[in-house]
Amino acid sequence: MTPVSFEYGLALAAILFVLGLVGILVRRNLVFMLLCTEIMLNAAGFAFIVAGARWAQSDGQVMFIFLLAMAGAEVAVGLALILLLFSRGRPLDVDSLSSGEDR
Amino acid sequence: MSLIWLVPAFPFAGFLFLVFSRGLSGRRAGVVGSVAVGLSFAAAVAVFAAFSSAPPAGGSYTLVLWRWFSSGALAPNVALSVDALSLVMILVVTGVGFLIHLFSIEHMVGEEGYARFFAYMNLFVGSMLILVLADNLVLLYLGWEGVGLCSYLLIGFWYRESANGRAARKAFIVTRVGDVSLLVGIFLIALSLGSVDIQEVARRAAVSWPAGSTTAILAAALILGGAVGKSAQLPLQTWLPDAMAGPSPVSALIHAATMVTAGVYLVARSHVIFSLAPPVLLAVAVIGAATLFVAGASAVAQTDIKRVLAYSTMSQIGYMFLALGVGAWTGAIFHLVTHAFFKSLLFLAAGVIINALSDEHDIRAMGGLAKKMPFIFWVFLIGAFGLTALPPVTSGFASKDAIVARVWESGDPGHILWLVAMAGVFLTSLYTFRLLFLVFAERKGTATQAAPTTQPAPHASEHEAHVERSGRHGDPSAPVGGIMGAPLAILATLCVVGGFLDFPRMLGGAPVITRFLGTALPPSVESAGSTNTVLALLSLAVSLAGIPFGWLLARWAARRAARQTARRGEVVAGAGPAAASPSAGADGAAHRAEPRFASFFKRGWLFDSAYEYLFQRPFEWLCRINKRDIVNRASEALGSLNLFASLVLRRSQTGKIRHYVAGLALGAAIILAVAVIL
Repeated sequence: MTPVSFEYGLALAAILFVLGLVGILVRRNLVFMLLCTEIMLNAAGFAFIVAGARWAQSDGQVMFIFLLAMAGAEVAVGLALILLLFSRGRPLDVDSLSSGEDR
Repeated sequence: MSLIWLVPAFPFAGFLFLVFSRGLSGRRAGVVGSVAVGLSFAAAVAVFAAFSSAPPAGGSYTLVLWRWFSSGALAPNVALSVDALSLVMILVVTGVGFLIHLFSIEHMVGEEGYARFFAYMNLFVGSMLILVLADNLVLLYLGWEGVGLCSYLLIGFWYRESANGRAARKAFIVTRVGDVSLLVGIFLIALSLGSVDIQEVARRAAVSWPAGSTTAILAAALILGGAVGKSAQLPLQTWLPDAMAGPSPVSALIHAATMVTAGVYLVARSHVIFSLAPPVLLAVAVIGAATLFVAGASAVAQTDIKRVLAYSTMSQIGYMFLALGVGAWTGAIFHLVTHAFFKSLLFLAAGVIINALSDEHDIRAMGGLAKKMPFIFWVFLIGAFGLTALPPVTSGFASKDAIVARVWESGDPGHILWLVAMAGVFLTSLYTFRLLFLVFAERKGTATQAAPTTQPAPHASEHEAHVERSGRHGDPSAPVGGIMGAPLAILATLCVVGGFLDFPRMLGGAPVITRFLGTALPPSVESAGSTNTVLALLSLAVSLAGIPFGWLLARWAARRAARQTARRGEVVAGAGPAAASPSAGADGAAHRAEPRFASFFKRGWLFDSAYEYLFQRPFEWLCRINKRDIVNRASEALGSLNLFASLVLRRSQTGKIRHYVAGLALGAAIILAVAVIL
């Protein structure tokens, strides 16, 4: 197994992060925005892994496990909120939700 | 005599009691205030008895109460000093003050702030006593400011009307000019002589200042500035006519009998310094002569009963200054005493008249009151005789003729001053009898009689706020109550017998007060009997000559008023509903109908307008341009920058999550970029 070069790894992480960011900025559906958040988190996690490999430290993998736990918690809360909104018959469009006409 | 501290203590105690016991019902506050001043009068009489039975060595007795403060060489005590001069003053202040308090118990019934009135009056009497009893200049200045404060408070007693507040502020500010001058004078004396004790100052001044030296002249001139402000002499006289906005007892006590004569007292008290500065002494005489003439001429044209008396007060104090200026120290103080009697009598009587006519101040709208109010007529007549110095038994005759005679004998400028004084005598008689005829004489034209009832007087609205007072209000024929009548009767009696305190020698009188004051003031030169007789007869003739002219003027004013009323009636009848509120237009017409010279005198020789253009307008202009100076601009820029920034940043708060995310990303990118570049 040939080691992935450090620069390629970081570039992939950056591309992933930007993809997620652009997704958040352009999508209005809450589900997709949640997805994009996950992508950005994974990009950060990937950067940790690559850095850990580069300096042969285990800290990067430890941070990734933290990130996974946090992402799980975040998805749980986020999905619960989305389900709640959906069951109340509200559209999942952020712009219409944040224009203040809730309740 | 060591009980002298009781004299000012009683009024102060009364003041404190009235201030801290809220809600004294009915007339109790008035009784408390009067009793306080009455006790003070009793104490003053006791001190007088002790003083005259066993005169202290050196003619004065000093009671040191405590050390006030001490700062370097300046360490004034709170100490009271009794000599003949201050004794005369405290007797006048407490005696006349007591009578006026007594009068006010009934006169002020039903006024809002009844207890407040008596509290201020007590504070005034206490401050005035401190002023005249003070043993050093700093304590004197405390009393001086105290009476100024009370004057301010009492002029603005009916504070709900802005005109009264304005008059009060004017009085305070104009007298302040004089007060500052006096303060600087005290500093100069303290610096130059190293003491503020009045007797010590006199002793050191006589030793270390040669006659006519610059320091002496400067000190005397500064003290004179203070006296001029307080006593409403030229050129600081403009506040006194407006001060008539206060209640009549206030005018009687503060603006006739006591406070305005404080300047006379001050000059007499510092006579040693003035004697060392002959030019200033001459200035005192000239100021007095000028004031008595200017004010006398103004009084002739007034239509408000209290303003006539106010200008007359200025004029009479002018006589006192004239007397001081020619060295008739005792004559000035004697005239001060008699003036306190007859002028407070006149003011109180005027107060009764004003109340009885539902706050009518305009003498043209009065008339025929001699029949309706006979008692007031007689006391007013006695007061008027005192004012015009008509013999044989009025006090004004004795005091004023003494001054006029002394002026004649006073050397070089004396004859010109004497001429002015004689003109003043004529003017006094002119305005007094114009007033008397207008107010009390029966008139032929019935239109004027009806005027006050059918037509609202131009200034009726000014006084509406305090119209309703008591049952007697608005009814001229109601008898004057005993508690109001007694002080009037006593004052009238004093007017008559007061002259015997120092009756002219040629008529077999004895100079009681001159002899008494001789221990405190330098004696006046005895005058030759024959000249005196001629001068007295001359001044009497001039006085009598004023009476027919006064009658003519009164008839003229009454006719003019009648014509105006008739014209106003036509306007109302002709124009119908459009003229339902004629007061503004008719008022303007009344002003226009007045001849120009009369309006010039009526407005006090236009001193007010001159000061407005000389001081008020430039000051306002300075304020206006100063409003936009550079410092202000810096602070204003800060404000407008904030406003601008908030306007811009407010737009970033859209409430849309995606905008916030974009902002976050942009911010992160900028921070990263900065970190990389640096």
